[in-house]
Amino acid sequence: MTNLPQRSGALLKTYSVLVFFLALKAAGNSAMAWGMKQVPERMSMNPALYLHAMLNPFVALGVIALMLALLTRMALFSLADLSFVLPVTAIGYVIAVFLGKVFLHETVTHQRWLGTLLIFAGAVLVGSTSRNTTPLAGSP
Amino acid sequence: MKWLLVFAMVIATVLGDLLQSHEMKRAGEQSVSARGLARLLHVIAQRRLLILGIACNAVSFFSFMALVQTEPLSFAVPASSASFVLETLLAKFVLHERLGARRTAGALAVLAGVVLVGG
Repeated sequence: MTNLPQRSGALLKTYSVLVFFLALKAAGNSAMAWGMKQVPERMSMNPALYLHAMLNPFVALGVIALMLALLTRMALFSLADLSFVLPVTAIGYVIAVFLGKVFLHETVTHQRWLGTLLIFAGAVLVGSTSRNTTPLAGSP
Repeated sequence: MKWLLVFAMVIATVLGDLLQSHEMKRAGEQSVSARGLARLLHVIAQRRLLILGIACNAVSFFSFMALVQTEPLSFAVPASSASFVLETLLAKFVLHERLGARRTAGALAVLAGVVLVGG
């Protein structure tokens, strides 16, 4: 198996889809975490509880954003390797820590900040590798 | 209950991602414009393994939803990272991706970072 030639258009597309995914994921996670803390019932195996939780507007907004994020991530899988997508989307953890601190007032220790720095550095390193090492199907 | 949710979330995530990566590589390049997303939905409807992958995502998602209700987002999000190791190994041995030194080093840095964030 040989590397496919890297077209700069496809590379730009990969990174645009990545940024779009990260924005949707961050917005969705934050809206859902905020909304779920307002829901009084504890979740269990009962699906009705989850549907009821979605009546909370923040939870509903979170669900919509995360569904769009899921589709965007699938598009990303069509453009790049799983072992590429996983580390570069880990930037989402960094964003989650920031949003958790700023909007949800969660405590962020020095250790967590060091962790976010490592995630960022690692993601940049992986982002500099060839995004696809397996044959892609031709676009129909 | 907390760790049971983490376990369910990790297994479902690994299975879901593997199925989706495998199928999407075969579906051709997709985009996220309105038309692109409509085309993507069409692709999903035609591929059973992709639907199974999304069902795995649903299990993972509901576990996460229950988890963030009681745990801080800064625990729930990094806890989901156990899937990272498993998936990267399976990407190499099942999907036959070539990791290379730079990608492996980057993945290890990300993993160390996620562990620190969760610790």
